[in-house]
Amino acid sequence: MPISFSRSVIIIVLVAITTFATRLFPFVLFPKGRKIPKSVEYLGKVLPPAVIGMLVVYCLKGVTPLSFPFGLPELIASAIVVILHVWKRNNLLSIGVGTVLYMVLVQTVFK
Amino acid sequence: MKKQNTYKAAFKAAFPYTLPVLTGYLFIGIAFGVMFADKGYNFIWAGIMSILVYAGSGQYLAVNFFAPGVSLFQVVFMTFMVNIRHIFYGLSLLDRFKTAGKKKPYLIFSLTDETYSLYFLTKTPEGVDEGKFLFSIALLDHSYWVLGSVIGSLAGTLIPFNSKGIDFAMTALFIVIFVEQWFDGKNRFPAVCGVVISVIGILIFGRENFILPSMIIILLALLAYRKVPESKFGKGEQ
Repeated sequence: MPISFSRSVIIIVLVAITTFATRLFPFVLFPKGRKIPKSVEYLGKVLPPAVIGMLVVYCLKGVTPLSFPFGLPELIASAIVVILHVWKRNNLLSIGVGTVLYMVLVQTVFK
Repeated sequence: MKKQNTYKAAFKAAFPYTLPVLTGYLFIGIAFGVMFADKGYNFIWAGIMSILVYAGSGQYLAVNFFAPGVSLFQVVFMTFMVNIRHIFYGLSLLDRFKTAGKKKPYLIFSLTDETYSLYFLTKTPEGVDEGKFLFSIALLDHSYWVLGSVIGSLAGTLIPFNSKGIDFAMTALFIVIFVEQWFDGKNRFPAVCGVVISVIGILIFGRENFILPSMIIILLALLAYRKVPESKFGKGEQ
């Protein structure tokens, strides 16, 4: 374990509470019959795609475009995920093939 | 005729619908278990975390928190960000959960992407109690997730194999959601906005600190965009 037992427990509890809080939030904020403001409805539509876009960047933040392997494993695997997904629309297939390909790339080709 | 209002009937009715989630959760659960085992956490940790947290992308992200130098604020903030879409899931289920009674807290707790989409794909069959039906779906999905992460954790601990790069499963998962939303939405501005502002954020604030400032700028950009007359989200449309 890279950090202490108690800190690990604290992290799990915090992640659990925060996750539950986001799920509980609308039920607390909008009890029966209360009208949902237009601005909240708007954010409900536009925020999720923006946040997912941000998280894709977050996942790829470790790439080094200016030094070896120049982000190539990430670029190739991500492109395959996108192509497979546009083509087949199968979550498991896209994630599975993309992940295995990436593992092969970083373990053998771009060592 | 007496209605089959039992849990048995509800589980029987719910099970076939959950089969796609069974395969999906076993797979991403296993990947989570392997990643977590890689960090030095055994199947008990993985199992407990999957029982208590129960969030795919959230737990993938959380694996990164078990490292020195990650602040607890960062833990809460990043978890909140990755789960922010859940807030909007709940909004569309306010009515449907009304009749669930004592089961309601669990239904809210277990509201994952997959469970949420199942609620919208399925109709409660005739003669089965709606609350019990939803509860059955939620509990079955939850158990697949726990099972998957425990299997993955055991595999990661017991079978020695080079798991380098398996964390790409998280990247792939977000890319898949991104592609889905790209084709779902008529307007791609928010998605582009999220990517572009985050990249600029990394260049300005560095890769360790870009999330909070980027998020604030994204929020402001989206709110400003609402005022743009040609934006499809403008007041005229809705």
